[in-house]
Amino acid sequence: MNVKRILAALAAAALAAGASPARAAEGAKLDDIEANLTDVASLQSGARTFVNYCLNCHSASLVRYNALRQIDLTEEQIKDNLMFTAEKIGMPMAIAMTARDAKSWFGTVPPDLSVIARARGADWLYTYLRTFYRDASTPTGWNNMVYPSVGMPHVLWKLQGEQVLKEVPATTRDGRPVIGEDGQPRKLAKLEPLVPGRQSTAEYDQTVYDLVNFLVWMGEPNQLERKRLGVWVLFGLTVLVFLTYFLKLAYWKNVH
Amino acid sequence: MANATTTTRSNWARELFEWVDARFPLSVLWKEHLSEYYAPKNFNFWYYFGSLSLLVLVLQIITGIFLTMNYKPDATLAFASVEYIMREVPWGWLIRYLHSTGASAFFICIYLHMFRALLYGSYRKPRELVWLVGVLIFLSLMAETFFGYLLPWGQMSYWGAQVIVNLFGAIPFVGEDLAIWIRGDYVISDATLNRFFALHVAALPLVLLGLVAVHILALHDEHVGSNNPDGIEIKQNKDPVTGIPRDAIPFHPYYTVKDIFGAMVFLLVFSVIMFFAPEMGGYFLEHNNFIPADPLKTPPHIAPVWYFTPYYSVLRATTDELKWVIGIAVLIFMLWALVRHSRNTARMMLLGVGVVVLALLVVLEAKVWGVLLMGASVVIFAFLPWLDRSPVKSIRYKGWMYKLALTVFVIAFIVLGYLGMQVPTPTATRIAQVSTIAYFAFFLLMPWYTAIDRTKPPPERLT
Repeated sequence: MNVKRILAALAAAALAAGASPARAAEGAKLDDIEANLTDVASLQSGARTFVNYCLNCHSASLVRYNALRQIDLTEEQIKDNLMFTAEKIGMPMAIAMTARDAKSWFGTVPPDLSVIARARGADWLYTYLRTFYRDASTPTGWNNMVYPSVGMPHVLWKLQGEQVLKEVPATTRDGRPVIGEDGQPRKLAKLEPLVPGRQSTAEYDQTVYDLVNFLVWMGEPNQLERKRLGVWVLFGLTVLVFLTYFLKLAYWKNVH
Repeated sequence: MANATTTTRSNWARELFEWVDARFPLSVLWKEHLSEYYAPKNFNFWYYFGSLSLLVLVLQIITGIFLTMNYKPDATLAFASVEYIMREVPWGWLIRYLHSTGASAFFICIYLHMFRALLYGSYRKPRELVWLVGVLIFLSLMAETFFGYLLPWGQMSYWGAQVIVNLFGAIPFVGEDLAIWIRGDYVISDATLNRFFALHVAALPLVLLGLVAVHILALHDEHVGSNNPDGIEIKQNKDPVTGIPRDAIPFHPYYTVKDIFGAMVFLLVFSVIMFFAPEMGGYFLEHNNFIPADPLKTPPHIAPVWYFTPYYSVLRATTDELKWVIGIAVLIFMLWALVRHSRNTARMMLLGVGVVVLALLVVLEAKVWGVLLMGASVVIFAFLPWLDRSPVKSIRYKGWMYKLALTVFVIAFIVLGYLGMQVPTPTATRIAQVSTIAYFAFFLLMPWYTAIDRTKPPPERLT
């Protein structure tokens, strides 16, 4: 695993052009997470959260239910626990809500989530799902720090509880207030708990992590296979590099 | 001595070969282009990228054929069909990643191949035609990738195509009609997707293959042949008995085995990217392109793929201020023509060109000039054979002025490429403008600085 990660880092560094092309993050600073697709328990927990909470308004129409066998679930487990509306295990994860209804209920059509992790990135999703707060000025009564004025209400609110956005004076590490360039004390937007949910903060973070982990897996179900195969290909090519190098030397020994 | 079985087999093979050879110039072609194509013996690292470009072209064609078997050029199906290839088609993800990584690899190889020409003067007499065909290949490749990039039908596909096709709309009088003619609609739509698909999988590949054949035929002409890092003509020093250049070796087997080794190293690097970072952090596959195309939602930041960004930067850098800079440059050029040229016809012609450019500066707005300069930044490569006045070809024997100019050009190219991916800010635009001027100065001042540059005498034989 580490070798692969180093190789991936090397590949990314090969272009070394400073910051990578920006993903659209308007507001808050994103929390950094590392998806772990070898953690099958986490993926399965994420799948459960996904079908229970997301797969009512959001579809994942490019993914079939039986694709979940790749995260070590049996067909029976999928049928009994994860399929609420579909009849056959080979069907895609579709939803009953029409785009027209969605538009009138939410003001926008909730995006299909099949490849959302590749569009948004794990960090964005992880931060987004944890930064909903109460806001009486929006139609849903919810707002979000990463995606201001988002049409989506806080679907996981019973787990997380309710938060409010407070402006607090920014302080340095030793507790002194930070003064901005305009001479005024800097303010910092901060979320504070209002009503506790069923889960503690740590439990909720884990729930969201598992969900995002699942979304990352769903964005490209073959990615572990890709890396596994890649190791063999690199091994084979390394051998070929040496073989062809010595072949070249042998042919060229009389060229001066 | 060979034993009985291999003798029979080789007889059988030889008979077949002779049968074909009596009806087709098989051995002639083999000799002319491989076993008796004599190439300079001192090719270095930079000489790998010609054969590597050919390798990537073949890779793109083969993977493209397989992608076409499952891809649907239909605005309602295209995005899902790409994901179908990624998920459901056996080995589909591998084919798709080979193709998407191959597109970027193609440009890396072509850029390094072109840089080699800048280093060693490979575009100069007698290779002007090789170079011109090469520039046509480069233009066709840009068209090919541009058409291909629409096919996944993601947000960047859609809005990238929208921005580029709208550029044609900036052309005075005919622009709007031209843009509609290209799109087949008032916006990028299903009609556009269908025609871009046709151009991407049939028209441009045929053009590319034809041009590549001409490129190689022009290079292998008996009066031309490959350049080398010393930039001297090996054909001026032939063995009087054999008629073979003294500093040459036959392409086959020497360069075939060498290029096979190069291909393996290339494939190794290619595989590291393809298997472990196929998105390349958003450079090779843009994040926004995983959102299906939505004609009603313009993304906040539209950036082309990395290989187009230098020219896109030139476009964005062209403001009214830059028009003033161009105007002043043209005036200086006209003054120089007045003073320098004694022949009346030449002077009048140069002055005429200056007046036309000045008039266009007044008439056309900055947006149109941006489009013109963006086009010029690519086409200007075609003029290199006549811009370079240096008595020597290779950078090894050129003076400090060319070395400095090339360094500045490379830096400007990379800076423009980087800025083209970023959201423009006033500072970034200023840097892009300076880089744009440096970019064009490399070409336009070349007749001057290569003529006065102090060169070293090149050697008689290859070093």
